[in-house]
Amino acid sequence: MTELIRLKTPLADKDVEKLKIGDRVMISGVIYTGRDAAHKRLFDLLKEGKELPFDIQGQIIYYVGPTPAKPGQVFGSAGPTTSYRMDAYAPTLMEKGLKGMIGKGMRSDAVKEAMKKYRAVYFAATGGAGALLAKKVKKAEVVAYEDLGPEAIRRLEVENLPVIVINDVNGNDLYIEGERTYRQE
Amino acid sequence: MREIDVKLITEKVRNLCMEANTDLGEDVLQVFDRAMQKEESSLGVEILKELKENARIAREEKVAICQDTGFAVVFVELGQEVHLVGGGLKEAIFEGVRQGYRDGYLRKSICHPFTRANTGDNTPAIIHTEIVPGEQVKITVAPKGGGSENMSRVVMLTPSDGKEGIKRYVVQRVKESGSNPCPPTIVGVGIGGTFELAALLAKKSLLRPLGSKNEDQELDKLESEILGEINKLGIGPQGLGGRTTSLAVHILMMPCHIASFPLAVNIQCHAQRHKDVMI
Repeated sequence: MTELIRLKTPLADKDVEKLKIGDRVMISGVIYTGRDAAHKRLFDLLKEGKELPFDIQGQIIYYVGPTPAKPGQVFGSAGPTTSYRMDAYAPTLMEKGLKGMIGKGMRSDAVKEAMKKYRAVYFAATGGAGALLAKKVKKAEVVAYEDLGPEAIRRLEVENLPVIVINDVNGNDLYIEGERTYRQE
Repeated sequence: MREIDVKLITEKVRNLCMEANTDLGEDVLQVFDRAMQKEESSLGVEILKELKENARIAREEKVAICQDTGFAVVFVELGQEVHLVGGGLKEAIFEGVRQGYRDGYLRKSICHPFTRANTGDNTPAIIHTEIVPGEQVKITVAPKGGGSENMSRVVMLTPSDGKEGIKRYVVQRVKESGSNPCPPTIVGVGIGGTFELAALLAKKSLLRPLGSKNEDQELDKLESEILGEINKLGIGPQGLGGRTTSLAVHILMMPCHIASFPLAVNIQCHAQRHKDVMI
């Protein structure tokens, strides 16, 4: 296992280029949430040549639809959702400056190619660790699509959100490498 | 004949929805511990530790273990000597789900298939009712997340495929699912019956406590063999590589048509949530 890396958003090319698969990373700063329905809307906006509802340059999108926050809680349980459903939209967002995605599960070849081309990375947070991950969120506000409920786009301020690098800018994939390392014939 | 007011059913379902989503069973925590002993991947061990810590936070703070608080799947074993009064059973259960998901701050995850418009209260629930002897009602609430459900399949094998065919298909399904269903998973397998019943058997098999043996010796052996093969795949916790791809394989079987050999694989993520109550 590799060292623990601390990252502060927004990210520049040099921040993501040093990341390797298997790196454990603690993210602090602002990130945005977005999943199925929000991605479709962002994609449609770009297709129509319109502006996105937030500045995506150097940002990270976390694929999550949280539970409602309980009274006294900043944010509800917030583990990642499975990422492949966002594959159709991700390359376009990377072209616009997106530097990181947090989710779980394998990405398509097209998304991996786009990560190499646009210098972006894909992180996994632990699926199902929603209660633990929620505690890393220090502030949350809806910035777009409130009507989507849990799927609305939220601006989060996070502190030491624990993630692992799955795909780096060199086209490596921890899901493939990890499985290969431990497979028994 | 015993009368039960359906208001009691609503109240019980409400509470079960909240408990199931916040309080992970001891049986699950115990298999996490056992997996940690065997896991060779240090990242894998870290993940298992996170899952234990997550379960502790959820239980202590009464918050959802996972943000996907699932489709509310409700199993009802209704004693035939029971007379329900005060309203319909289905509506009573739906109301319990509504209240539980509202009062427990659980995510509402049910939507129209085409428009994707959220129903807003996590109804409808999926209800499986069985009439049984006696004058009691057993209710089990098993919230089912979408990520692992999406990796599940029903297939109509041919009788000549035999046990080997079952093994091959189940292991292949787990392999192809990779990291998507939040491994370490529990693999529910339904064999026999009809197309729809195989799926129900697979789902019901997931209610068996983790770490328990299958009462049928032949199936118990088959479970061990399949689990052994699965854990050779190397997928590991969260798909990052490791020995613990699945925590258990559970099989339920019943007779099938002479022409058929139905098989269902219902994949369950590590948040194996279910709670029951006897009224």
